[in-house]
Amino acid sequence: MEGSSLNLTLKIWRQKNAQDSGKFATYNVSDISTDMSFLEMIDVLNEQLITKGEEPVAFDHDCREGICGMCSMYINGRAHGPWNGTTTCQLHMRAFKNGETITIEPWRAGAFPVIKDLVVNRSAFDRIIAAGGFVSVNTGNAQDANALPIPKDDADASFAAAACIGCGACVASCKNSSAMLFVSAKVSQLALLPQGQPERIDRVLNMVKQMDEEGFGNCTNTGSCEAECPKEISLDNIARLNREYLFATLKK
Amino acid sequence: MSSKLDAKIPEGQLETKWSQYKSSVPLVNPANKRSLHIIVVGSGLAGSAAAASLAEMGYKVKVFCFQDSPRRAHSIAAQGGINAAKNYQNDGDSVYRLFYDTIKGGDYRAREGNVYRLAEVSTSIIDQCVAQGVPFAREYGGLLSNRSFGGTQVQRTFYAAGQTGQQLLLGAYSALERQIGLGNVEMYSRHEMLDVVQIDGTTRGIIARDLVSGKLERHFGHAVLLCTGGYGNVFFLSTNAMGSNVTAAWKAHKKGAFFGNPCFTQIHPTCIPVSGDHQSKLTLMSESLRNDGRIWVPKAQNDTRKATDIPEEERDYYLERRYPAFGNLVPRDVASRAAKERCDAGYGVGTSKMAVYLDYASAIERYGKQQATKIGEHNADKKRITELGKEVVKEKYGNLFDMYAKITGENPYEVPMRIYPAVHYTMGGLWVDYNLMTTVPGLYALGEANFSDHGANRLGASALMQGLADGYFVIPYTIGAYLSTQIREKAIPTDHAAFVEAEQKVQATLDQLMNIKGTKPVDYFHKRLGKIMWDKCGMARSESGLKQAIADIRALREEFWKDVRIPGAQNELNPELEKAGRVADFIELGELMCVDALNRNESCGGHFREEFQTEEGEALRDDDNFKYVSAWEFKSTGNFELHKESLIYDRIKVSQRSYK
Amino acid sequence: MTKFLTSSLGKKTVMAMTGLFLCIFLLEHLYTNVQLFFGDGGKSFDEASHGMVHSIIIRIIEVVLFFSIIVHVYQAVVLTKNNSDARPVKYAVNGVSKTSSWFSRNMLLTGSIILFFIVVHLYNFFLPYRITGEVVEPEAQGEHLAERVAAALTNPYYAALYLISVLFLAFHLNHGFQSAFQTLGANTKKYVPILKMAGTAFAILMGIGFASFPILFFIFGEEFLNWNL
Repeated sequence: MEGSSLNLTLKIWRQKNAQDSGKFATYNVSDISTDMSFLEMIDVLNEQLITKGEEPVAFDHDCREGICGMCSMYINGRAHGPWNGTTTCQLHMRAFKNGETITIEPWRAGAFPVIKDLVVNRSAFDRIIAAGGFVSVNTGNAQDANALPIPKDDADASFAAAACIGCGACVASCKNSSAMLFVSAKVSQLALLPQGQPERIDRVLNMVKQMDEEGFGNCTNTGSCEAECPKEISLDNIARLNREYLFATLKK
Repeated sequence: MSSKLDAKIPEGQLETKWSQYKSSVPLVNPANKRSLHIIVVGSGLAGSAAAASLAEMGYKVKVFCFQDSPRRAHSIAAQGGINAAKNYQNDGDSVYRLFYDTIKGGDYRAREGNVYRLAEVSTSIIDQCVAQGVPFAREYGGLLSNRSFGGTQVQRTFYAAGQTGQQLLLGAYSALERQIGLGNVEMYSRHEMLDVVQIDGTTRGIIARDLVSGKLERHFGHAVLLCTGGYGNVFFLSTNAMGSNVTAAWKAHKKGAFFGNPCFTQIHPTCIPVSGDHQSKLTLMSESLRNDGRIWVPKAQNDTRKATDIPEEERDYYLERRYPAFGNLVPRDVASRAAKERCDAGYGVGTSKMAVYLDYASAIERYGKQQATKIGEHNADKKRITELGKEVVKEKYGNLFDMYAKITGENPYEVPMRIYPAVHYTMGGLWVDYNLMTTVPGLYALGEANFSDHGANRLGASALMQGLADGYFVIPYTIGAYLSTQIREKAIPTDHAAFVEAEQKVQATLDQLMNIKGTKPVDYFHKRLGKIMWDKCGMARSESGLKQAIADIRALREEFWKDVRIPGAQNELNPELEKAGRVADFIELGELMCVDALNRNESCGGHFREEFQTEEGEALRDDDNFKYVSAWEFKSTGNFELHKESLIYDRIKVSQRSYK
Repeated sequence: MTKFLTSSLGKKTVMAMTGLFLCIFLLEHLYTNVQLFFGDGGKSFDEASHGMVHSIIIRIIEVVLFFSIIVHVYQAVVLTKNNSDARPVKYAVNGVSKTSSWFSRNMLLTGSIILFFIVVHLYNFFLPYRITGEVVEPEAQGEHLAERVAAALTNPYYAALYLISVLFLAFHLNHGFQSAFQTLGANTKKYVPILKMAGTAFAILMGIGFASFPILFFIFGEEFLNWNL
């Protein structure tokens, strides 16, 4: 498809480091091809800034194909921008109009402190996984993979939950900065599989405990997380997490 | 064979080499494991799997990755699947066949012993991953599903939709996080290794930079495992992640680790074509699409009609025409070259004319008919069949089709996709012996970072297999051979002169980079390097082109060190400084790749020299003169010495590869 | 158990359970109020009210009811404070309106209006009737509760307040009802649409049901008590 080109105004959050209070800066970019990805547009801006002797905008990105979960950015009030089911790296400039002003902010959450500009620290997610998001099976302990048939529906539902890329869009878009969708995806993935059963109760208790300690907010079931999730992880998982947690509390 | 290279392949029958070796390799007792420190650099499949497994065994492990979390390593982007010789499909698969396919697919440039071991442990990988809760695709009976991949005639590929790498990595990552939670692994994310530390020729640790504070850190280890992936980003445009780099491996190379087969790069045939100069990376469309898609170009040159307007008889299904036995499922190197040949000859499609069609129309029709029969609609008309067919295709490949639509703005259910080959994987890497140890004692390389198992071309769905094999099932055994000799070595304090000196050198290089204060951003140099490499050391190479490339790269290196501009400061998060260090290493590596390609006067696998081809344009190997691994020793910048490791084939008869 | 109650999910479970209990109370209250429409001059309504005053069971439930309201309000304030603290720096541009409903985001607002109304409502009816003893034996004094209701609802200010509050009650229920099931884990793919619909239906029923009193009394006056429908 033949693209056209855009001139845009960018309002970008600039913050030198975690201690700095930060502020918005405004930049203009021109001749942006609609075939570019959003991050390629930022590349163009950065090249412009470096050539002018200014500091480029720091932002997280790596695979640029929508799977590593590293890219973030709150674009015009939306996590990963206006397209549903899409990460920022897969958002293309076709989504914007010529002359538009685009406001770009980092993920905002107490549990995701800003490191620099648009880069935030999401290690809270790693700590939640370390608290229980695994099956305790040492290397070499496994039986034959086909020894335990798993109903296709369960395997598919588990996969749908496991598709989470840990980008944090759920936290960023939730009005309460709640991490429930992230936690529920991992809890669901393992609760749906026979391999996850032995540690089912401890897993949910420990992961929720860690989630609370990290300072995320509480879920009020607004559904923004599901709407903004680039992998379209379902709210069903949150209901399942609630169920698992209630059940675990009654049992332990 | 060079006296400096000892592959340490165990004696004995091919089938029993590994099991016998496992039973005889020295062990380290549990009490001693607790005082042995292992550093793992990189947290992809090989790194996470190795770190978790070694920590489970009781070693003290530190893991480093440059991303914000170990879960982001680029293994996550692998789409199609993972091979294993399970023979669940009862289609005649076996360890031997997987071994044979891999050696043949690699154009007879890999070691028999290593590859057989890889095929042998492949089955355990699937068991391990399923036990971790990896949600592989399943049949209605609840058992695991398989699909076929290029270069094979059996169905041995396990998959999780188009996100197999993601699911396998998250499995390994969760095992790693478990060990972090238990205190057995210390995790250092947003850290980059910038040098290895050696004392008396033995590896004793690394110098790493905390990318957030910019501070240099010293870390001691009895062994260092480099699991840092491949170097495809030397081409600037590749399917690798933006951060994928060769720096750790290159620093190791400069400290004495030989670099094996650097010119063996894999060009993947099914990527989304470049759309303009702004392009920052290329996106792969899984090879699994070749299962059902048909690849074609118009029969007429410079045909400007829309794909859907070109009638069936005016289409050239060139893979099916040239390779009737394997058709669209020929190995990657063959498929890539065939696409390039058609485009160079003027049959390419799209605005750039550098693309071929990958068409799902006939698959949609075939699936539609099947589905109509299945649900009892025997009189379904064409429209209904297409509708049903699209549903089936959506279920199988929906995420890939969506991705294509997002990137190109076209609907692949209606019009054929345009694809073109792109750099995807590097078979070359640090030379390692059977134990995965480089030529430097205590320094190991795992996964894509080593050169070992894929020869001159990797088969689809084998990278995940190799990464996990190295991490879960090889290194935990083979590392004992070395660490059992280290149990008397106490942890060395990092104020030792060797650490201080190594850190000072790293610091000096960083200072030098920051002080250039030139005029051009890092990407300017990276793009130029990429263009030189793609034009002259890409899908087709020639003596004159490579010589020119070497001269160009040297000039580029000079210019880089005079004119690069790095904004910001050292003691802060500075992505431009990170990139600059990486590009500096890529420039040096690029030269070595060309040197290696120039040395190898034959065509094999991913290495195609225009001077060496058959009359039909197929790769022409020279087994008499080049049946060896090139292992390059770094002497000084731009000066490398070649060592040869002869390849001995006891079990397989080396023959011209044919997929016709 | 304390661990549960202090956890984020525990607090929310408490919100859900108290909320659902209050929904049951609303049903009961509506049923009682509907007796104003019996056209018997408020006799049935008075009897029902009278019966309730003397029922020990109702008295006990009443305690639970007040407890529920207090806990529901207290947890709401605590949770809202936590949630606000979880994002110390707010967004300059926030597009949550595109991804979530107004009802779900404004539970504190709609809840506060309802709370204000409850206080006024209790002051008007519950307090004199039950606590201060201003109206000890209504029949003896010749005053019917039904008439007191009718009088209040024909007052334009009170009727307006009542109507607005009922509207916000419906808003609150529209999200709260189905949200409670989600929090209690009862939402599964199969039941989500059903529960969402049930939530909205319940909200509309309660809205129309309670709104009918001020509207009808305001239009037709106190005489409405004697209309035989």
